[in-house]
Formats: sequence, structure tokens, C-alpha cells
Amino acid sequence: MRSGTVIVGTGQAGFQTAASLRTEGYQEKITLIGEEPHIPYQRPPLSKGFPLGQQDIESIELRPRNFYQDHQIDLIDGKRVAAIDRAQRHVTLASGESFPYEKLVLAVGARNRTLPIKGAELDGVLYLRSLDEAVVVKDRLENAKEIVVIGGGFIGLELAAVACSLGKSVTVLEALPRLMSRAVAPIISEFYGALHASKGVKVVCNASVSEIQGSGGRVQGVFLADGKKHPADLVFVGIGVVPNTELARNSGIPIANGIAVNEHLQTSDENIFAIGDCAEHPCVFAGARIRLESVQNAADQAQCVASTIAGRRNVYRALPWFWTDQFEIKLQMAGISNGHDCVVSRGNAESRKLSVFYFREGRLIAIDSINRPLDHMMGRKLIAAGVQLTPAQAADEGVDLKKLAGLISAAHS
Amino acid sequence: MPKVVYVSPAGDSREIDVPAGTTVMAAALKNGIDGIVAECGGVCMCSTCHVFVDEKFFDRLPPAQDTEEAVLEIAAVERRPTSRLSCQIKVTDDLDGLVVRLPEKQR
Repeated sequence: MRSGTVIVGTGQAGFQTAASLRTEGYQEKITLIGEEPHIPYQRPPLSKGFPLGQQDIESIELRPRNFYQDHQIDLIDGKRVAAIDRAQRHVTLASGESFPYEKLVLAVGARNRTLPIKGAELDGVLYLRSLDEAVVVKDRLENAKEIVVIGGGFIGLELAAVACSLGKSVTVLEALPRLMSRAVAPIISEFYGALHASKGVKVVCNASVSEIQGSGGRVQGVFLADGKKHPADLVFVGIGVVPNTELARNSGIPIANGIAVNEHLQTSDENIFAIGDCAEHPCVFAGARIRLESVQNAADQAQCVASTIAGRRNVYRALPWFWTDQFEIKLQMAGISNGHDCVVSRGNAESRKLSVFYFREGRLIAIDSINRPLDHMMGRKLIAAGVQLTPAQAADEGVDLKKLAGLISAAHS
Repeated sequence: MPKVVYVSPAGDSREIDVPAGTTVMAAALKNGIDGIVAECGGVCMCSTCHVFVDEKFFDRLPPAQDTEEAVLEIAAVERRPTSRLSCQIKVTDDLDGLVVRLPEKQR
């Protein structure tokens, strides 16, 4: 029997690679190995419906356990891959077993960036990425009263919204001048800042956190550089992630801001692919090599690699899209807005219906939408097809995006 | 317990007992119905749980919200008048016998 494909990582990317390989008709052995002691599950609900008690563990499993047996996928959970032997083409687990591969897919994800300050090790300072961490977050939230969230990005703000909805006193400390500043335009930051404030969340921007203070090993508050103290019996840290590159690096595969891959999502070793949060890939929509952390990126890259392994060599060029849910307001994002030089909007914050269009050198590169779902969905089509839309047209409600998108579909059929 | 009938593109049908309150999408995943991908997990961001609802049942469903309507516009197989996202259909006792047909592809 041939050695088939080994997939390292049981997140969305690893799971989707295995599932798509079977959909693509791949008949060889598939081994899916992950460090977490769980069958593959969805990560987005961990900072949304799961801590709110709206979703339980079973409801966030990507598939039930028997799916893997039914599709001849050998799922090995709770095991860490320690090394890749590229010459012999096998991977070795920390526990000693080894698995040969013809094709190896690294879907090894990322880990939380930790806060390098005094007091970060105190009991009550929590991070959130895995299901195990989410169980702790949910449990500790029950009896907590005052929460400080360090980091006003997506995860931090989603957790702040959850904690506030559970009746807790919540303060968000953001180091930069505005919320989610790496991802969205000021008008969106302001909208969410006002939303959080209206619910009672205290948002502090330009906050330089200097120390977490505690007593008897337990957290009591967070000090800022200006000497101000924010009391807390629970602190969430959401300050980004670091890609897991060590396994690839130790086997001599080049690393950039993530495991470096080409347009086929192949590393420097043609039998080894890297996808999802851990991979830095060339992105036509960003006009640069980037690394993304999203469900769309994980699932579409998995699909691309599965198709290549199954014999239909594929180039990755899926349009990135994202979402965040904070209180009752979903933000839908299409495209990559980095490097924009012009921003126009439709709708307005007062009506809670707002889309922001981002342009770079006259080309539409991204749209962020609040309660304007058709703008988002049509935006995905328009940006993916590279349709020329002027800023004036984007700002004009009279220009029907659906009609424009319909013209592309007609031209392609 | 209400039953839901899933019909594959080839015409094979499977009848599943679905507890009231469960979505047509979640029941499909739990019971190994191929053809429902559910990439976004049921939050109306992708179109990979698209189904065609049998005409006899279509009007009995609560109408689609704007978010769902928008997502149906990007379905991999073009939407029809009876298209819905199965993540937005909650099974109730009244819907016992609901028939949904799966499209040729979801991605």
C-alpha cells in the first residue's frame, strides 16, 4: 500500500484538506495528526456563541467522529509531530511512532503571542485560541466581576462583547489610537467603539500596559505606563498570534512571516505544502506575500492543495473574506484593504447600515459592510473579477452592485 | 420526532429523524449527508449549505432574512425560487416530512 498523504494539524485547514481529498476522489491513505485532544472543531464560536452558552462542544465539531472512519481518514488526535525526515519522507511523533508520506500538508496553525510584562503569569490572566482555553474562559467568566481585555482587535472585542453581555464590567485596553486599526478604516473603528461604549464597555485607546498586578498569585488589576490602574479579577490577552514554523524550519524549509509557499501553496520541497494560519503565500489581491488567519483562507487553501494532490494542479487565487460578531452587529469584510489610498462609503453609522469601499491606485481592493450584506456578497464578486468601479460610483447608491456583478457572470458564462 | 428527507443530486433520498430546534444543516452534518459543506459553521457568510426546498414546504418556512438572501446570490449552483441556506432552516414539528434537494456542488 502506498503511503499517501499525511496532514499535520487538525484545525479547519487540516480537516478540510482531508475532507476535500476524498471529495476529489483521492484513494490513497490519509493520516490526519493533531496535537489537540479533540476531533476537529470550529474556532470562530470560541469567542462568540460558546462562552455565551449558545453553542456546546458537540455543536462546534466540524463533523462527528464517525465521519473520519466513514471516509477512511486516520485521525490521530492528542499527538505532536516532532520532526520531518524529508530524505526518508516520514514524520515522527513526539511519542516515537513514525508515518511515511508521499505528500505532506503542514496545517500547523499559530499560537497566541504572549504578553512580555511583569505579572503576565498570574492566575486569572487568560488567552484564547483552543477549545481547552475556551472551556477555561467560559468557566472563569461565570464568577468574575471586573474584566480587562488587553488588545482591541477582533478576538479582544468579541470577548469584551461576550463578557459585557453576561453582565460583567468590561474595560478594553488598546495600544494604538483606534480599535481594529490594522484591519479597518477609522469610520468602522469609530462605529464599533461607539457600539461598545453604548453597551457599557469602557474603551481606552493609546493604552500602554506596563504591568499586571496581583496578590497571592491572583490577578487584581492592570497598570498603564501613565500610572493608572484598571482593577480586574480576570484579564484576557488578545494581542495576535505567532505562526508555528518550527517543525518546517527544523527540516530546512525556508520561513518568512510563516512557512513560505509558492502560488501552489508548495514549500521549497515539492512534496510538502503549507496552508492556513501558518503559511505565507503570494496573494494577488494584496499584491504581496501575506499570511492570513481566517476560516476562508484555511478552507480555500485546503481545497486548492487537495485538488493538486488529487492530480489537478491548482493555483491559489481565492478572494479573502472575514467576519466578526460583536454584540448584535456583524462586520463582513471582503478583500485586503492594506495599502489603500482612498476610502468612500455608502450608508452611514446612524442608520447602522454602512459599507466602506477601499481603493488602491484607483482599483477597488476591499469592502467592509455593516448590515449591508448584499454589498458584501456582490463586493466579493466584483473584487475577485477585478471590475473597475470608480470611488464616485462606489459612493453612489444609484449604482447597482448586483447588476454590475451580474454582468461579470454573464461575461463568464 | 420530525423527519427530514435529503435528496442527493443523483436522486437518492435519505430520511433522518431530526429533533425540533435543530437546523437542517446541523442534522445533515451529524448524519453524514454528503453535499452539505457548511464552511462558515452556520453564520450566513458562505453559501456551502445551499439546498432547494420542496415546493410543498417552501411557503411554510419563515422567509429568508436579507443576510441569507445576499448569500444565496453567490451560491456555487445558481439559486432558484426555492433556494434556502440549510443553516437558517430550523426543524419544527410542523415541518415533519420536509424534503430538501442538494445542489450538484457547494464550492
